[in-house]
Amino acid sequence: MSSTTNPSSHHTSTIGAIGAPSRRNTELALLVFAVAVPVFAYANVGLAINNQVPAGLLSYGLGLGLLAGVAHLAVRKFAPYADPLLLPLATLLNGLGLVVIWRLDQSKLLQAIRQAGTAAPRQLFYTAMGIALFVVVLIFLKDHRVLQRYTYISMVGALVLLLLPLVPGLGQNIYGAKIWISVAGFSIQPGEFAKIVLAVFFAGYLMVKRDALALASRRFMGLYLPRGRDLGPILVVWAISILILVFETDLGTSLLFFGMFVIMLYVATERTSWIVFGLLMSAVGAVGVASFEPHIQTRVQAWLDPMREYQLSRAGTKDGIVHSEQAMQALWAFGSGGTLGSGLGQGHSDLIRFAANSDFILATFGEELGLAGIMAILLIYGLIVERGIRTALAARDPFGKLLAIGLSGAFALQVFVVAGGVMGLIPLTGMTMPFLAYGGSSVIANWALIGILIRISDTARRPAPAPASDPDAEMTQVVRP
Amino acid sequence: MNKPLRRIAIFCGLLILTLLIRSNWIQYAKADSLKNDSENRRVTIARYSTPRGDIIVGGSPITGSTETKSSGLNDLKYKRTYKNGPMWAPVTGFASQAYDANLLEKVEDGILTGNDDRLFFRNTLDMITGKPKQGGNVVTTLNAAAQKAAYNGLKSHGKGAVVALEPSTGKILALASYPSYDPSSFAGTANADAEAWKKLQKENNPDDPMLNRALRETYPPGSIFKVVTAAAALENGLYTSAEQPTDSPLPWVMPGTTTELKNQGDIPCKNATMREALRVSCNTVFGKIGSDLGNEKMLAEAEKFGFNKEQFTPVRANASVFSDDMNKSQTALSSIGQFNTATTPLQMAMVTAAIANDGKLMKPYMVDELQTPSVDTLEQTRPEELSRPLSSRNAQILQSMMETVVKDGTGKNAQINGVTVGGKTGTAQHGVDNKEKPYAWFISYAKTGDGSSPVAVAVVVEDENANRGDISGGGLAAPIAKSVMEAVINSRK
Repeated sequence: MSSTTNPSSHHTSTIGAIGAPSRRNTELALLVFAVAVPVFAYANVGLAINNQVPAGLLSYGLGLGLLAGVAHLAVRKFAPYADPLLLPLATLLNGLGLVVIWRLDQSKLLQAIRQAGTAAPRQLFYTAMGIALFVVVLIFLKDHRVLQRYTYISMVGALVLLLLPLVPGLGQNIYGAKIWISVAGFSIQPGEFAKIVLAVFFAGYLMVKRDALALASRRFMGLYLPRGRDLGPILVVWAISILILVFETDLGTSLLFFGMFVIMLYVATERTSWIVFGLLMSAVGAVGVASFEPHIQTRVQAWLDPMREYQLSRAGTKDGIVHSEQAMQALWAFGSGGTLGSGLGQGHSDLIRFAANSDFILATFGEELGLAGIMAILLIYGLIVERGIRTALAARDPFGKLLAIGLSGAFALQVFVVAGGVMGLIPLTGMTMPFLAYGGSSVIANWALIGILIRISDTARRPAPAPASDPDAEMTQVVRP
Repeated sequence: MNKPLRRIAIFCGLLILTLLIRSNWIQYAKADSLKNDSENRRVTIARYSTPRGDIIVGGSPITGSTETKSSGLNDLKYKRTYKNGPMWAPVTGFASQAYDANLLEKVEDGILTGNDDRLFFRNTLDMITGKPKQGGNVVTTLNAAAQKAAYNGLKSHGKGAVVALEPSTGKILALASYPSYDPSSFAGTANADAEAWKKLQKENNPDDPMLNRALRETYPPGSIFKVVTAAAALENGLYTSAEQPTDSPLPWVMPGTTTELKNQGDIPCKNATMREALRVSCNTVFGKIGSDLGNEKMLAEAEKFGFNKEQFTPVRANASVFSDDMNKSQTALSSIGQFNTATTPLQMAMVTAAIANDGKLMKPYMVDELQTPSVDTLEQTRPEELSRPLSSRNAQILQSMMETVVKDGTGKNAQINGVTVGGKTGTAQHGVDNKEKPYAWFISYAKTGDGSSPVAVAVVVEDENANRGDISGGGLAAPIAKSVMEAVINSRK
């Protein structure tokens, strides 16, 4: 288990502290599974739909294997002590996502309404770009603390990214939510990138201000109340989230950014009062905006009574609001899947039609892989999040801790908001399941996110450079001839 | 910072746990209700994913299935087809991809789609051996020749219905309604199907072709109801033979009123025997019998024949009506088939069949057998006695009276060479002050040499083009009844 080369070190209890195992071989073994499982799934879809192993099986398997291999080699070379689970888990999700996107490409219904057909090759291309960005992060970001220098540039960058969809001519309104921009024929979701950039800004900012925010406070009813002027930052972030909600009409994005900030603020200051404030402010904001924004109201209605919304949509009700049958269709897809699912390629989740392979891709997993598949997918997401938080715990510097928890927390919130929305637990939002859903922005940004987490965990688990402080070890070296 | 980090870890774990619970809720607890929700398109897709089983008449199917052109927007693979759709529509009903199903197609949907629990074991076996799921067949009791005779007869006379039964078993031999519709015309989901459906709706088509007149329409029966009144008189011992003179003054003023009950023309009804009264169709004689027996006894007899109760053949037939709260004069009118009395053609065929079957009323049914996809018998319908409205002796008295009607009374048009036929004509008045054109009724049965009766039939014709004088059961309805009886007798040879 040890990476040391000393053959007689079986009794040395100090070795572990010096050289943590790199775990790269574990990662490689897991990666083999992470590639093999989607390859089998791909063959399964082909057999179910066309009664034959799909022609692209070899190239697809090789493609995914090659990408995973490149990523693994990059980790081995540039981040040898990184967490061994993150890369295989992300690869597995990405691979399964590709399979289901390809499966939906085969749907005649989606082809007829131009919702799918050639999405899988593009998604493979986006995956390649995502992994390229992942490798670039590992090569050029030698130490995550470098990002600290760009705290305020990040702030500006994040604001620009968040505001882009509102620029006339650039922004796109897709089914009511304005979280997209269109550049040269590509639709980009800047919010996915803003997630990372904002985490950098929050981490840098909170690291500097944490003492002021934590210490100067009064105690009231068991809570430390912050001073009025210290409320400034949270108020600003809250205001921006509200603006996103009002102008981009997307509850998910808004909730994600505000939630991420509250989590990081709480970790930075260790003050529970921020959580209480955060919850209160989100509730006030969400209810306040929902009281006058028709798009949000529709989403809430569709959540409370999806059947009614389905019937309104079917009847073609024209009352100035876009009624969508998607929420009900997604529930039917999950329910029809039952415990074990219909089997890949044998469901009818294409009935969801619009966004079946992006926002609603989880419903296809639910129908075709059943409750068993959904629980597995959710646990994989849970594992990624917990590995991210483990990285935050292990990180030695506050900036790294804050950045890791920010990224992991945002990832967890996104999974909750999207999966909860599709499963009818909370109102639907316009975000997508990381790695599973079709969409370049999402795949590329999330690979970058994993890259940063891997960098932080490598720094955290890297053995201390000077083992000389251990006298026993030195003695052994000297005495032995 | 590690303490809050651990708490955030727990928080994130709780988020995932919440999602896990939710997925269990919708995919386990609620799975079945979501899966089988009738609005869930998958239910329809599954129903049409395999060829539907067939409805069979006389050994050959009157339905079929055809593969639809598969395109992205049409996810239903097979479509129902019908042979001779309009003729069989009152039996089969329709099974439409867009408009659900009705009648036999609806009642036996489980068998036809193969989803019935009784096919579960076989389906599981098929799934294991990789065979596609198939629907079972429904074998009917109908007689194709009789159905054809009934339908063509109605077609040449206008709106109406025919029901023919086998008296000894209750098998439905013919069940025709006109005007009819072709269920093939809207079996699919294309625009043409939607238009065909729209055109057939009552609001767009005053003839209401989708109304199943044989089972779902109640008509005033008029004079044919007199056989029920005669049965009540015999059963209650008011008169004990067909030859006994009745106590029937002429003119007769209904009790409690100053209104005379009129006969149709100047016919010899004064103190006539029941045989004579039935032959010339005396209103006064049978009106007074009803009035003498009273509401209660008349109601009891009518209910023994099946009135005031829905029948399930297994397709539902409306209940025919004989009221239970009438005074003497109203009972008198009801006993000659007027006032509130209303009946389905099926009900009058049941009355006729019970008389022809020596007083035993058999439950009418149209499904002889349910078959598995591999043509094994899944369920065989056994004839079932419903009631005994009259004794065998009284039934034979009534038979001889009805045979007189055909031999030298109002029903001469139903005579068949070499076959004994008993019948009764009816001309039912309806509308406010009886202004509308009356319905022409005819009920009859045929008896072969050995005294058994192979067929009893009820015919109603609502002919709006005929002159009022022409509409009499004997003129319009009897020839149809005759051709149906002939078809049944010929097909037994």
